Formats: sequence, structure tokens, C-alpha cells
Amino acid sequence: MAAPILSTPSHSRDGGPILEVRNLRVEFPTRRGVLTALDDVSFDIAPGEVLGVVGESGAGKSMTGAAIIGLLEPPGRIAGGQILLNGRRIDNLPYEQMRRIRGKEIGAIFQDPLTTLNPLYTVGRQLTETMQTHLDISDREARQRAIGWLEMVGIPAAAQRVDSYPHEFSGGMRQRVVIALALCAEPKLIVADEPTTALDVSIQAQIIALLKRLAREKGTAMMLVTHDMGVIAETADRVAVMYAGCIAEIGPVREVVKAPKHPYSEGLMASIPPLDRKVDHLAGIEGAMPRLSAIPKGCAFNTRCPHVFDRCRHERPELLETGTTLATCWLYDPASEKQVPELLKDD
Amino acid sequence: MFAFILSRILQAIPVMLTVALISFAMFAYVGDPVSIMLGQDFTEAQRQQLIQDLGLDRPFFVQFGTFIGNALQGEFGLSYRLSRPVAELIAERAPATLELAFCAAAIAMFVGVPMGVYTGLYRNSWLSRAFLTFSLIGVSLPTFLIGILLILVFSVWLGWLPSFGRGDVVQLGWWSTGFLTWSGLKALILPSITLGLFQLTLIMRLVRAEMLEVLRTDYIKFARARGLGNRAVHFGHALKNTLVPVITIAGLQLGGIIAFAIVTETVFQWPGMGLLFIQSVGAADIPVMAAYLMLIALVFVTINLIVDLLYYLVDPRLRSSMGAARGGH
Ligand SMILES: Nc1ncnc2c1ncn2[C@@H]1O[C@H](COP(=O)(O)OP(=O)(O)OP(=O)(O)O)[C@@H](O)[C@H]1O
Ligand code: SF4
Ligand SMILES: [Mg+2]
Repeated sequence: MAAPILSTPSHSRDGGPILEVRNLRVEFPTRRGVLTALDDVSFDIAPGEVLGVVGESGAGKSMTGAAIIGLLEPPGRIAGGQILLNGRRIDNLPYEQMRRIRGKEIGAIFQDPLTTLNPLYTVGRQLTETMQTHLDISDREARQRAIGWLEMVGIPAAAQRVDSYPHEFSGGMRQRVVIALALCAEPKLIVADEPTTALDVSIQAQIIALLKRLAREKGTAMMLVTHDMGVIAETADRVAVMYAGCIAEIGPVREVVKAPKHPYSEGLMASIPPLDRKVDHLAGIEGAMPRLSAIPKGCAFNTRCPHVFDRCRHERPELLETGTTLATCWLYDPASEKQVPELLKDD
Repeated sequence: MFAFILSRILQAIPVMLTVALISFAMFAYVGDPVSIMLGQDFTEAQRQQLIQDLGLDRPFFVQFGTFIGNALQGEFGLSYRLSRPVAELIAERAPATLELAFCAAAIAMFVGVPMGVYTGLYRNSWLSRAFLTFSLIGVSLPTFLIGILLILVFSVWLGWLPSFGRGDVVQLGWWSTGFLTWSGLKALILPSITLGLFQLTLIMRLVRAEMLEVLRTDYIKFARARGLGNRAVHFGHALKNTLVPVITIAGLQLGGIIAFAIVTETVFQWPGMGLLFIQSVGAADIPVMAAYLMLIALVFVTINLIVDLLYYLVDPRLRSSMGAARGGH
């Protein structure tokens, strides 16, 4: 297994990664055969580290998050690989044991704050309920902490607002409540699936800043799924680019954004408005990501890749060392007949 | 809150007036009460006297006004058939119907809701499939047939339960109850199952559909992602969110139970208002029919009001929109 090189040197430390995803494979049995939604996905997250996850719609970002928190929608199931939390396998735990990990050790933040909160309970009740599920604290203590959390996520007049219902908050405020709910049992890992996509543009930055600040203060690691490269550049330590259920490239955020090594990352970075990167000719990528039922043999990207060569159509690439990042691309196998094109070389 | 109740009561007034108008029209224009009351042999003077006594010579609006005034005091005149005050007849029969309806509704709720929750949570278990098949039977068989089948099995073949009547009743003031005697309780079983079965299956299917819907929502997924246990997720979060639609339908069904007790009461010769109504229809006993109609309308209006109040208690979003509406006045 290629485990040791998955986390970048700057983040390796004695305790080991908080989360290790090893060769994860998720399948959906359907009437017309088994669909493979995630194929050989591997990555690590170090304590306190923020891993950004990007990729086109349908790439499998949410699926990865759902697999980690053990809430894949049936009939989806983990068909291979392992997920380890602090070195302990969690992908095969019985429901009840996994339940105790959810909220307590892994917090989750969903996309749409308007639908994530139960409309019939006050935000205080939802907070105390979560805390008392995981922590042995009295009602009074739970309420005090609920107010404390609301203050911490920046809700004004928290002591009064604790008894308000979700519909009495704006979208941005509700996402703050969701963040409080994800953090209130003090998990060391947060899975945040597009936490700002549903929000007003003017509020997105505030929410990201809040997440970033809290993660740093509490030392919480985070898997941050987003479409917003600006957010990635600003928030993430490392970034994983996903394509058609696979990791295309993973590495330090600076490298992947500024000097992507995988042809798909290259196209993806080119299709976003440049921050300080010079874009000459690659304006996006031709075509669309294949449906799960039509993923080509060999490299999943071979139908759209401008650098495709013979080997790509027969063999599936593994995660290969590119010098700065890891990429699933045959260009980086010295044994391949084709050389790395100039465009993908470091400047 | 008070303003809300008041506005609902005001809204109910036109409904009640319309029903009153229909009842009254029945009174005044259906059949010929005078000839019914006089029988075969009468003189013209007797006829005129009766017309005057009944106030039938006065203008329409005066008559209608009097009708409403009387109705408000529970005064619907004399039954043509039994020559006794209608109010008295109804008061005599009401406890039988209400106790029957109460038991039927209780069966429908306390069996229908758990069955709905179960079939919603364990969609593919064989017990769920059995419940669903059973509910199809409940929905598709007509009430009278269910009643007759139950009588056939439990009264005729097994001889366990009586096939007609209320059994022994105990008089508590004007209220006669079957709850206090063994034979009264036994007599309640078959009719309340018959009457409640349709509602039971309806509530079960409704709760199931709502549970399936709610279990797919983000807040249920998020509740799981927060690590809440199945009990809290299923009952605290999911079931509670199904309550608003369930209350609506269950409320309307309760009204239906009282109104449609007619068939069950006929099958089981249950001495309630429904049976009284059927007997009155047979004899063109208009005052009883009119009073019964008004009473059923009142029941529906009251249940609607209660349903609205329950919404108010269950759903905070309605609470604050009502609050806002009140503030805006
Ligand atoms: N129940 C299901 N059965 C079959 N395929 C499914 C099912 N649910 C999701 N998929 C497929 O799994 C793939 C991954 O979906 P996922 O939601 O993880 O994408 P995503 O990267 O999060 O996209 P987005 O950016 O739109 O959120 C998609 O191709 C989707 O069509
Ligand atoms: S393996 Fe081949 S097709 Fe796939 S990204 Fe690399 S060059 Fe393109
Ligand atoms: Mg997604």
C-alpha cells in the first residue's frame, strides 16, 4: 500500500493522521448492474489540518463524506478499502458504535442550512440534545454551554436566541447554528460538505472565516468540500481533486492550485478566474464528466484528456509521485512511453 | 392566541348559517309537515290552526329567524314520528353515538399510528407487508360488510360478543354510559372495530407515507450525523414532523366517524343518533333530520377549530406567523 507518502512531509507528526482513507470503494447495486461511485480513493488528514476537496458535480465528494461518517444512503455500501480514525477502523463498525462516533468524534456540516435544522425544536434544544447524547452533563450545564456555543459562532444576544426556532434565523445565522451543532461535542474532525454553497455570496466569506477560526482554536481537522477555489486557496492546507469517483491529484494547496500536475486539475484550475496565475490557452476542459455507468476503461479522464496516450486507454493509473503532489496519471510513471508535457512542468 | 380562536369562530358562523338554511329549507319545503301531523281526518279549521301554531303563515325571513333563535337554544320542535321534543330525543341518543365514536377513534389512532410508524421504519419486513395488505382490505371492503362479517364470526360462530345493541347501560345524570358494565363494554367491541377500521387503515397509510417522506429530509440525516440514537431520531424528530398532516386528516376523520356512524349503527342496531336519523328519514321526520344535520355541522366546525389549535401547538412556524398577523392588525 502506498500509505506513507499520502500525507505531505510538513504535516507528518508522531501521533499519525486523524483520518486515513485507504483504497475506499463505494458501490451502488442497481437493477442494471453495480455502479462504482468511489474507486480506490485514498487520503489522510492530519490533526488540525484542513483538506479541501474539489471537483465537478457528481465527482463523489459528498459520497466520500457520507462514507466517512457512516451514513451512505442505502443501497450504497462500502465495498472495499478501509477508513481509520486515529488508527482505528471505523468503516465496519456496527451501527450503534458508529453512532457514538458521529457528532462526538466526527462532526458534520451540510450544505443547506434552511433544511438541516429540525423546524419543530428550538436551536437550544437541538444543541443540548446533541451534547447530552455524547457528554455526561446536566440540563443546566448543557443549556449554559448551548448559549456559549451560540456566542462562539457569533449569534448576537445568544442568551435570548437560544430559545428561538430555526425559522426565526436568517440563512447565514442558521449555518452558524449548524456549525455550533457540529462542534458542540468537540469532535477532532469535521466533514463540511459545501457549507457555503447555499448562502448569499456576501455571507459566504464570514462563514468560512468562522469555520477557519474555530477549527484553528479547537485544533479541529476538517475535510472541506467546496466549489470555490478562492475558499480552498485561503483555507485549505492541502487539496484533493476528485474526478469520476477517483482522486485525480492531491497535494499542498499552493502546488495544486498554482502548478497542477494532473491534466484534469490543470483544466479545472484554468477554468476558474485566475487569482495570480497566468492562464494562456487552456480555457476549461472539453466535454463533460462521464456518468457512473459510462466511466471508460483505463484512466477515467481519458475521453477528455488533451495528453491522452495509448497506455491510458488500457491501464488504470495509480497515485504517482509528481515531485510536488500525487496524481493518478501515467505521465508521471517513468516507465510510460510519453514524457510530461511542458505545460504541466513546474515553472 | 385568543384573537386566533375568535377569528376561527367568526369564520365558522357563515358555515353554520348555510347549514341552518338547508335544514330550514328542508323544514319548510320538503314534504308537508301539516298533513303529516294531521293524519287522515281533519277539518279545514284544524288545518289553519296548525299552520298558525307552526308559524308557517309568516314570511320566510321571520320563520328563518325564529328557526335560528330556537336552534341556538337547542329547540327544534317536536318529532313528527314520536311527538316528543327533538332535543330530548337527541340528548337520549347522543351518548351512545359519542361513546361508539370515541372508541372507534381511539382504536384508529392508537393502532393506526404505531402501525404507520412501523411500516414506515421497516419498509421491507414481512410484518409491514402484512399490515399493508390488511390495510387494503380495510379500505376496500364496505363498512356494512365488515360489520356483518364480524358478527358472523364473533357472534354467530364463536358466540363471544353480542351482535346488536349496547348491552346494559348505567345512567349518569342524563348521560347513559356503556363503559361501566361488562356487557356494555363487550357490546362496544364489534361496532367500534367496524366503525374505526377504515380510519385506522387511512391513518396508518398516512403516517407511513409521511414517515417515509420525513426520513428523507436533511434534518433527519443531520440528526443522525449528530449521533442521536434511533429512538430520538424516529420519534423525537421524524414522528413529530409527521404530526401536522396526521392531525388534519385524523381530525376530519373523527368528524367522519361521528357522521358516518349511521351505517354501523344500522348494522348493529346501535341506539345512537345515526339510527335515529335513519328511522327519521324513513318517516320523513323533518325536525329530527334538521337537528341532526345541524349537530353534525357543529361537530365538524368544532373539530376544525381543535385541529387548528393543535397545529398551533405543534408547529412553531405557524405560531410565529399567527403572532405576526396579530401584530400587524
Ligand atoms: N442512490 C444513488 N444511486 C446511484 N448513484 C448515485 C446515488 N447517489 C449518488 N449517486 C452518484 O454518485 C456520484 C457521486 O455523487 P456525489 O453526490 O458524491 O457528487 P458530488 O461530488 O458531491 O457532487 P456535487 O458537487 O453535485 O455535490 C454521482 O455520479 C451520483 O450520480
Ligand atoms: S493517465 Fe493519460 S488520460 Fe489519464 S490524465 Fe494522465 S495523460 Fe490523461
Ligand atoms: Mg455534493
